[in-house]
Amino acid sequence: MTRQAEAVAIATRAEEAAKGLLRFLTCGSVDDGKSTLIGRLLYDSKLIMEDQLRSLAADSKKHGTVGEEIDLALLVDGLEAERQQGITIDVAYRFFSTARRSFIVADTPGHEQYSRNMATGASTCDLAIILIDARKGVLTQTLRHSYLVHLLGIKHVVVAVNKMDLVGFAEERFDEIVADYRAATSQLAFRHVLPIPLSARFGDNVTMPSNRMPWYRGAMLLEHLEAVNVAVDAGDAAFALPVQWVNRPHQDFRGFAGTVVSGRIAAGDPIVVAKSGRATRVSRIVTADGDRDAATTGQAVTLVLDEEIDIARGDVLVEPRARPEVADQFAAHLFWMHEEPLLPGRRYVLKLGTQLIPATITSIRHKIDVNTQKQQPGRTLELNEIAFCNLHTTQPIVFTPYTENRDLGGFILIDRTTNQTVGAGMVEFGLRRASNIHHQHVDIDKARRAAQKGQKPCLVWFTGLSGAGKSTIANILERKLVAQGAHTYLLDGDNVRHGLNKDLGFTDADRVENIRRVGEVAKLMVDAGLIVLASFISPFQDERRMVRDLFGEGEFIEVFVDTPLAVAETRDTKGLYKKARAGQIKHFTGIDSPYEPPEQAEVTVATGELSAEAAADQILAYLTSHL
Amino acid sequence: MTETRQDIVHYAARFDPAMPRRSSTLSSHLRALEAESIFIMREVAAEMANPVLLYSIGKDSSVMLHLAMKAFWPAKPPFPLMHIATGWDFRDMIVHRDQLTSALGLRLLVQANDAATAAGSTPFNTDSREWARIMLIDALKAGMDRHGFDAAFGGGRRDEEKSRAKERVFSVRSAGHGWDPRNQRPELWHLYNTRVARGETIRVFPLSNWTEFDIWEYIRLEQIPVVPLYFARHRPMVDRGGTLIMVDDERMQFKPGETATERLVRFRTLGDWPLSGAIESDADTVEQVIAEMLSARTSERQGRLVDSDEAASMEKKKREGYF
Ligand SMILES: Nc1nc2c(ncn2[C@@H]2O[C@H](COP(=O)(O)OP(=O)(O)OP(=O)(O)O)[C@@H](O)[C@H]2O)c(=O)[nH]1
Ligand SMILES: [Mg+2]
Repeated sequence: MTRQAEAVAIATRAEEAAKGLLRFLTCGSVDDGKSTLIGRLLYDSKLIMEDQLRSLAADSKKHGTVGEEIDLALLVDGLEAERQQGITIDVAYRFFSTARRSFIVADTPGHEQYSRNMATGASTCDLAIILIDARKGVLTQTLRHSYLVHLLGIKHVVVAVNKMDLVGFAEERFDEIVADYRAATSQLAFRHVLPIPLSARFGDNVTMPSNRMPWYRGAMLLEHLEAVNVAVDAGDAAFALPVQWVNRPHQDFRGFAGTVVSGRIAAGDPIVVAKSGRATRVSRIVTADGDRDAATTGQAVTLVLDEEIDIARGDVLVEPRARPEVADQFAAHLFWMHEEPLLPGRRYVLKLGTQLIPATITSIRHKIDVNTQKQQPGRTLELNEIAFCNLHTTQPIVFTPYTENRDLGGFILIDRTTNQTVGAGMVEFGLRRASNIHHQHVDIDKARRAAQKGQKPCLVWFTGLSGAGKSTIANILERKLVAQGAHTYLLDGDNVRHGLNKDLGFTDADRVENIRRVGEVAKLMVDAGLIVLASFISPFQDERRMVRDLFGEGEFIEVFVDTPLAVAETRDTKGLYKKARAGQIKHFTGIDSPYEPPEQAEVTVATGELSAEAAADQILAYLTSHL
Repeated sequence: MTETRQDIVHYAARFDPAMPRRSSTLSSHLRALEAESIFIMREVAAEMANPVLLYSIGKDSSVMLHLAMKAFWPAKPPFPLMHIATGWDFRDMIVHRDQLTSALGLRLLVQANDAATAAGSTPFNTDSREWARIMLIDALKAGMDRHGFDAAFGGGRRDEEKSRAKERVFSVRSAGHGWDPRNQRPELWHLYNTRVARGETIRVFPLSNWTEFDIWEYIRLEQIPVVPLYFARHRPMVDRGGTLIMVDDERMQFKPGETATERLVRFRTLGDWPLSGAIESDADTVEQVIAEMLSARTSERQGRLVDSDEAASMEKKKREGYF
């Protein structure tokens, strides 16, 4: 080749590659011909090299499903087990380009068992080819995949009615299937659905028009893939960059490395740390190719900021005008991907952007029947099921709805013991009304206020049966602390119910709300620099954990006032046990409502053996050595 | 005395923060691939305790190393490089490796199966699959175990081969380093699950979505130095049943009647010289290499004697712990 011809060849090829990459997948039910279709696209685009064709011919003899002919599916079904069984197990990624566009295609498995692999392939795509076997029509798996495609936010769909050769290329059959499909999926948020009748095996309407279906006048598959415009108008989406890694080669450089997931940032622009509310400006946008004036969505950069503020991996740097939500409760769609069912209440690790945080599913609002898209009640979620759930994280996380931004709204759940990725979620909305009220940054902080008082603030939480001696011990302890010059406050169950919580009763929901409010009030007081003592029966592990999660390491000190029921009942200082036994009080802890003793209390005082005074001394000793 | 590779010297100077930066001329497509790879590398650096970059000196490794230099700049990549050496690498590769890593100031670990070499195994007396198993797979596993690495970057691309096309970007390996292709973790969006049990490791493929063309085009535009064996030169070659083997040193075992003749050749992939087939070519610039590749009718792996053994050889090797 001459130099000039070379230059032309490279330029042409580079241009092809640059011309909007299209990422698409093939999906649908078992054996509908997905892999054959990809094989056909590669084959007809002359992208198969001679040595690969030779091995395909050999493979087809050995494993082929079509007699003596070459089996195009074997071009993509690359695993031994797949070739032996003639099925696809896991997603294969192939790359090809034509004169008009370059493509990354994910060929996904049809078997229900491997739906998670289909979701893996679909999560990064902009278009889905949903295949339907013309003989079989719309099946449950067709609809399951369609629903996942919809949930994952893919807006462009091609309904490829395949194996038309086996139904005599009949137009009526095609129309019937298309009508069925449209009826079954009318509720799904697809922007564009194009049905094409084709035969992957023989190539009709794949890359070449079919003279066996003259009644079809629409686009051929490849033609459509080359032309379709999947670009979304990002408008003027606000800037966001999840911090991946802090770059600190030496004392004079501190940069925050990450990829812009939304909007644009320029040197000099103001930014805010979404969670802490701290604000500053970007002073430099660093890359190894030199500083940039600006960075836009998709670019991997390192930001240097005007001021030294506390930022770590997991923080999200955003534009002040449009801050994402920050909350510890939100509603999301969840696709369950593991054989072991989802258990509400169980802790998983949630990964969203660069944030890794323990999370629980607090409730399943409803499950979704993929056939009808109808809501169904459910208590757990099995493999391949989809539900709309409420989630709770141990700390607030930063997010936007998935429909606004995949990178800030998509998350995975990881099982803490097996480390498997068990769920994929799409955030719908934050649940606390306060979630859009951002923390206002204040200059005087907890450390400053604590230093002024010369103490380390904390919350000492007393739990135990009614009449165990919580209030008595807490009182003595507070006296002793004040005598030593400490600044304290005692929150007592009965007192709080006269004011802050006088609107609450004793139903389960009200009990939880009671403790939640006390936890938040205690948090403010600890923030103010106080040593707070809280005395509440708080019989449930979950609620106590909820309060513990509000506090930093070492700030929450759980004191278990361990008094046997018999002892408390004999004391019965308020006469409540007698009433409860008589059935005059319902849901009384220890009588007809359980008490869950703490598993890892910082201090346990056995009041059966100790006086209240000695118990207070024991707690004081703990505080002195730990604060 | 080996000559100093001036291209390497100049290349290393580009990463000196005191030197002027060189502006990028990449297409939007390559820029997107670059950004994705950088993202992947930063995730590993941030979440794994002890990662390593498997550096095999070839074109893919050169690109991967370049991306690592960019991802953490102005800091150095926060992980060492490890080369699995068989003792039969082309001499030019070792020169490239040593000059490049020292010019960039990177930590290089070399791992080899010395016991097998001491026992007299050579590529001439060992079946090629067995050779790959003991010299590459076993040595790789030993290197991972010896240094306690929990993650290793590899330069594999999905367009290389059918079983690679099936692999995740973050590919979990059992305590024995085996891959279980039937039970891969789902991998949605760009949310990589890096949690592993004790003893398990992760192989990470930041170049998963690159094609051979992308690699060469990137090398051309970013002016990344590669081993000169990729470019056509007159080299002493032996024609063995259609496969052109280069006589790289005196250990060559000639078959009766064989002699070396000078031929104008280059290599599309590099490995151990007795096991690497060259192609006749006069392409001696990156531009010519790319042009030649675009008109090629065979794939790059064709020259690899190790892989042509059987269709499913790559998957088998991966199950045994290979990259
Ligand atoms: N007659 C005919 N047969 C087809 C056509 N397309 C695919 N097949 C055959 O259908 C069978 C299944 O094809 P595959 O491509 O493996 O199907 P798949 O959808 O990838 O299957 P899974 O991935 O396992 O769900 C093979 O025997 C194909 O040759 C077609 O258009 N016409
Ligand atoms: Mg298939």
